[in-house]
Amino acid sequence: MSHRLATGGRLIDRARDVKFTFNGKHMTGFAGETLAASLLANGQTLLGRSFKYHRPRGVVASGAEEPNALVGLGKGDRYEPNQRVTTTEVFDGLSAETQNHWPSLEYDLLAVNSLVPQFLTAGFYYKTFLRPRAFWKHVYEPIIRKSAGLGKAPAHDARDPDRYEQLYAFCDVLVIGGGIAGLQAALSAAEAGARVALWEQTVHWGGRAPVDGVTIDGQDADAWVKATVAKLESMDNVHLRLRCMGAGVHDHGYVLGYERVSDHAPGTDAPRHRLWRMRAGQIVTATGAIERPLSFAGNDLPGVMLASAVRDYVVNYAVAPGQSVVVVTNNDDAYRTAIALRRAGVGVPAVVDARAEANGPLVAEARAAGITVLTGKGIRKVKGSKQVTSVEICRIDSKGTAFTEKFDCDAVAMSGGWSPVVHLWSHCGGKLLWDEANHFFRPDAARPPLGTDGAGFVTVCGSANGDMGAVLSSAHEAALAAARATGATGNATAPSADSAPDMAPMDAVWMMPRNAEYELRMKMWLDFQNDVKVADVQLAAREGYQSVEHTKRYTTLGMATDQGKLSNINGLAILSDALGQPIPATGTTTFRPPYTPISIGAIAGEATGSTFQPLRRSPIQDWHDSNGSDPEPVGQWRRPYTYLRAGEDRHASVNREVANARTNTGLLDASTLGKILVQGPDAGRFMDMFYTNMMSNLKPGKCRYGLMCNENGFLMDDGVVARLSDDAFLVHTTSGGADHVHGWMEDWLQCEWWDWKVHTVNLTEQFAQIAVVGPKARQLLERFGGMDVSADTLKFMEWSEGKLGGFDARVFRISFSGELSFEVAVPAGQGRAFWDKLLAEGADLGVMPYGTEALHILRAEKGFIMIGDETDGTVIPQDLNLNWAISKKKDDFLGKRGMEREAMIHPDRWKLVGLETLDGSVLPHGALAVTGGKTANKQAETEGRVTSTYYSATLKRGIAMGLVRYGPDRMGEVLEFAGTGDARIKVRIVDPVLYDKEGAKQNV
Amino acid sequence: MLLLTCPCCGVTAEETEFAPGGEAHLKRSGPGSSDAEFDSYMFNRKNPRGVHFERWRHAYGCGKWFLAARCTMTLEVFGTYPAQTLEPPAEIVAAIKAKRPDWEGFA
Amino acid sequence: MSELAQSALPGAAYEGFVTVAEAGLRGMITVRGDLAGLAGAVKDATGCAIPAQRRVEQAGAKAVAWMSPDELLILCDYADAPALTASLATALSGQFATVANVSDARAVFTVTGAQAGDALAKLCPVDFGAMTTGDIRRTRAAQVAAAIWVSGEGEMTLVCFRSVAQYMFDLLSRAAQPGSEPKLYA
Repeated sequence: MSHRLATGGRLIDRARDVKFTFNGKHMTGFAGETLAASLLANGQTLLGRSFKYHRPRGVVASGAEEPNALVGLGKGDRYEPNQRVTTTEVFDGLSAETQNHWPSLEYDLLAVNSLVPQFLTAGFYYKTFLRPRAFWKHVYEPIIRKSAGLGKAPAHDARDPDRYEQLYAFCDVLVIGGGIAGLQAALSAAEAGARVALWEQTVHWGGRAPVDGVTIDGQDADAWVKATVAKLESMDNVHLRLRCMGAGVHDHGYVLGYERVSDHAPGTDAPRHRLWRMRAGQIVTATGAIERPLSFAGNDLPGVMLASAVRDYVVNYAVAPGQSVVVVTNNDDAYRTAIALRRAGVGVPAVVDARAEANGPLVAEARAAGITVLTGKGIRKVKGSKQVTSVEICRIDSKGTAFTEKFDCDAVAMSGGWSPVVHLWSHCGGKLLWDEANHFFRPDAARPPLGTDGAGFVTVCGSANGDMGAVLSSAHEAALAAARATGATGNATAPSADSAPDMAPMDAVWMMPRNAEYELRMKMWLDFQNDVKVADVQLAAREGYQSVEHTKRYTTLGMATDQGKLSNINGLAILSDALGQPIPATGTTTFRPPYTPISIGAIAGEATGSTFQPLRRSPIQDWHDSNGSDPEPVGQWRRPYTYLRAGEDRHASVNREVANARTNTGLLDASTLGKILVQGPDAGRFMDMFYTNMMSNLKPGKCRYGLMCNENGFLMDDGVVARLSDDAFLVHTTSGGADHVHGWMEDWLQCEWWDWKVHTVNLTEQFAQIAVVGPKARQLLERFGGMDVSADTLKFMEWSEGKLGGFDARVFRISFSGELSFEVAVPAGQGRAFWDKLLAEGADLGVMPYGTEALHILRAEKGFIMIGDETDGTVIPQDLNLNWAISKKKDDFLGKRGMEREAMIHPDRWKLVGLETLDGSVLPHGALAVTGGKTANKQAETEGRVTSTYYSATLKRGIAMGLVRYGPDRMGEVLEFAGTGDARIKVRIVDPVLYDKEGAKQNV
Repeated sequence: MLLLTCPCCGVTAEETEFAPGGEAHLKRSGPGSSDAEFDSYMFNRKNPRGVHFERWRHAYGCGKWFLAARCTMTLEVFGTYPAQTLEPPAEIVAAIKAKRPDWEGFA
Repeated sequence: MSELAQSALPGAAYEGFVTVAEAGLRGMITVRGDLAGLAGAVKDATGCAIPAQRRVEQAGAKAVAWMSPDELLILCDYADAPALTASLATALSGQFATVANVSDARAVFTVTGAQAGDALAKLCPVDFGAMTTGDIRRTRAAQVAAAIWVSGEGEMTLVCFRSVAQYMFDLLSRAAQPGSEPKLYA
């Protein structure tokens, strides 16, 4: 059984107990260790059940590559599934729960899946659930959902209480990985004068070297690490971060860093995670290597672990994974584990070495320590149900029909060699080479990811580069080159020599024994998390899968949350072997960011709650918010749809507002309307190009309604233009179109007519603008005193400016309602005071604000079009009978050529008409007029559609506008519009202007 | 995410500060142009795999449009230059030629 | 009629690891034109020379910021802006130049404290370590446009559109929360 050793543990603080719970059971660990170490120290080796077969699973690894030991962490709002115990720092109050078992971890009834080994083989889902089709939804899917999968999603009403943030940062050289290679790289780059950042994903500097007993200049690695970190901390041009993983390398030196600021201290003031958005000139990755498992039968049992992980637990945390540990390997490195175990007093019955001979210095040291070494042998089978109890040994070249030796043990340390962590190199296009001597993929320095200047921007050093020996000099050279590439010119001290013992070459052993029978092969796990075995990949190959990308998807190899960190190379080797071709011919799968999963909270950053998106607030928004505003999104504005009063529904509220505007005085906050100043000697010429109608002949003091089209001739925006002076116009745009129109103007001025003397200034937010609408509107404004707004002085479609009461006002006499109407612009800062004053002064005139729905109804009663209702990006002004607003005198304007195209002048185009239901009902939005015939595609043939439809409080019935084929020529005709289901609504084509056609009301 | 240098304000910034504007150096076809010319102006784009000239606006910055010569395959940026020009300036062309000797040139 | 006028978020302030405060009404005038040609009028109106690219010139209560190759932003007392706008327009009437009072279109915040750059680095893709007093940078703060001026030692002045003042204040307050110091620049 796994247990705590009496002495040792370089990273733990034995003086500080940490109390936590595991499935409700109270346990104690030491500060400084991972949850994995604490659990093993408590004898807890069974940590979960596998994805498909519900096989018992324990810890395999000691870091980010862990596939098995995933738990749900936290409670309630802080519950989070699928967290690796190997990367979770243990802390007081931590609560962990196991996943994917029913009813309990110890007795999982769904483990029956694994008793039928042919069940759930490669492509099982595709093959089995194909027919009958109806069974998928009601039978298969519910069963599979219960059986498969990992952790549970948090409760539907859970709300993450933690804070997350992002941080933009910049450096010359970013070093990722804080082992001795990363530390050396940071030091060399910094000494050369570069601005350096160094990230380490764990909470400790130094990586593997101190565990492996590496010595540097005669001192142990720990001492060197400590001194080097101290040196780096003293340098102004170096920024060090622990708990910060290099998650992804993206174009042009953009790197995402995932800093787990307070995962180990939840509930503190610090954000939980911080996502670094780093822009680095050069990136040096020193991400080390990951040990590979060996494929032998029963290699997924709790107690079977990577040899390096066993060493980590012993040396770093004083935790032994068992009382008696068999080491199995195809290389020299695993002997370090045997030696470390022996030193810690743990039994090592044997080292089983697949190689015919084993004679390196580490092997010699192990033998000298009295450890039995078996060469040319492999594990035939691991025995045990929920825990290793023994291993059977056989000759490596055999079929494994019988065992040659058998050892009782409760743990197995396996090493199938090392794979450099090339992920970050590959994220942005760096290519890989297959290293024949060492049997791994390593970065191909000749084909790096390319940066903004076309040169490589990532360099890899240390074991991440496959430089297993001279790590420090590899790091120094890589970092110096990177620093030079960013313009640093200083000198960096050459590194100390590190002592890597000579290693004999490994033997490629992809399956143990090499000629294993099917019965063994179907118990050899490649992907522990997704339950993919050697037999599955071989089956896929037999079924014709050749591409590794296809095989991966068919078998789900490497597609779990660990993204195949342990399984990719072994799976690839098995596939290559089955296909009878070398590994590089089969290729490798693509590595995509992030390196390990990162939290959604970190990705969202500040974009939650009130900062989820920018909501634009009018200067009068506070009043709206506290006076019943029922908000409607208009771009990023939230305009009042209507102002609800107690006991009213929306309908009643809107009708009240419409009626009041037609009889008394309505107020509309029109501040959101776009207001763009167009000024300069060529302003008239420019305005003529921008609008379909003539604007250059507009007199100062006058207003004119105009249309803007894009080059296709499609109507883009509309509004009233006021000529301010000979060389200046004020352009009003729709609320949603202001920024676009301003950008569009600047585009033409900067990129096409750059010799024209025109400036634009977007003044949208400079002014609060309030429409004062209704028969008593003038009376209200006259109460302010100051400016003369009488009918004779300020005529319809004129503007004037001056003082209105104490306010700095520009008054436009324009109407979008058909009533007597003034739009008054005051500086935004005065907007609220002006609004309040209008309400106070007009109390006895029935002054009443109205919202956007009343605005729409008032304009629809008058037959005025609305951009976005009557237009949808395919409508030309002619479709809306706006030919009067298209100048025939102008040689050119934006959209003129587009309107001349055949399809635009075709008589079949649908055109604007008014629509009136025979029964007075309100037509559904977007309803289509149907002819009763069928199209060539056997769909209902249509001849028109509704573009605006409302209940008119003025006319006491439904009113609508729509586009109908030959519409204006069909006045009085009755059409059928499709309602819900088969319902048909009879609609008469009428004049769209339904209220005060002569314009008498607005012209008083 | 690209890194671009705005020639108008001198800032080198990440892509999120900019708004893309499609192919550069288009010639406007207005009234009087043939259907083919207008079609070409409105819709036909080179969309090359390799050297490309494109429009960008420093939307969150100085607000100015500028042009960039960029490789659509490697994302290498050969240079950025002001929008007030009918064709790529000589130094941009030279920079591209230096990196892409086989490039057929701006046409 | 400035006694009727209110800034976007009068008195809004947040005390975090830096202090965030809405700066109240500020006079702001956009001047567009050939910058060299504007020099005389700008000097007369403000006492400032034309600032270098992305720099701010200051003289007493007035300052002139470089906004783009053909645009300056004059900062002054709010009450002075209308008259200053008018006098500049008159002074420049003979040339192709545009002057517009934009004081009410904006909200202004100050972020004060040694770690001002650290707070803003959470929102803006800008290397604040490379900015010094008198620099101005137009950029993006989360999802909205902003101009950030290093207005003094440990002081950043941020200008954004008035309509997003609440969003900006919430962003800055959140970025300044105690305990969330990124310790990047300070």
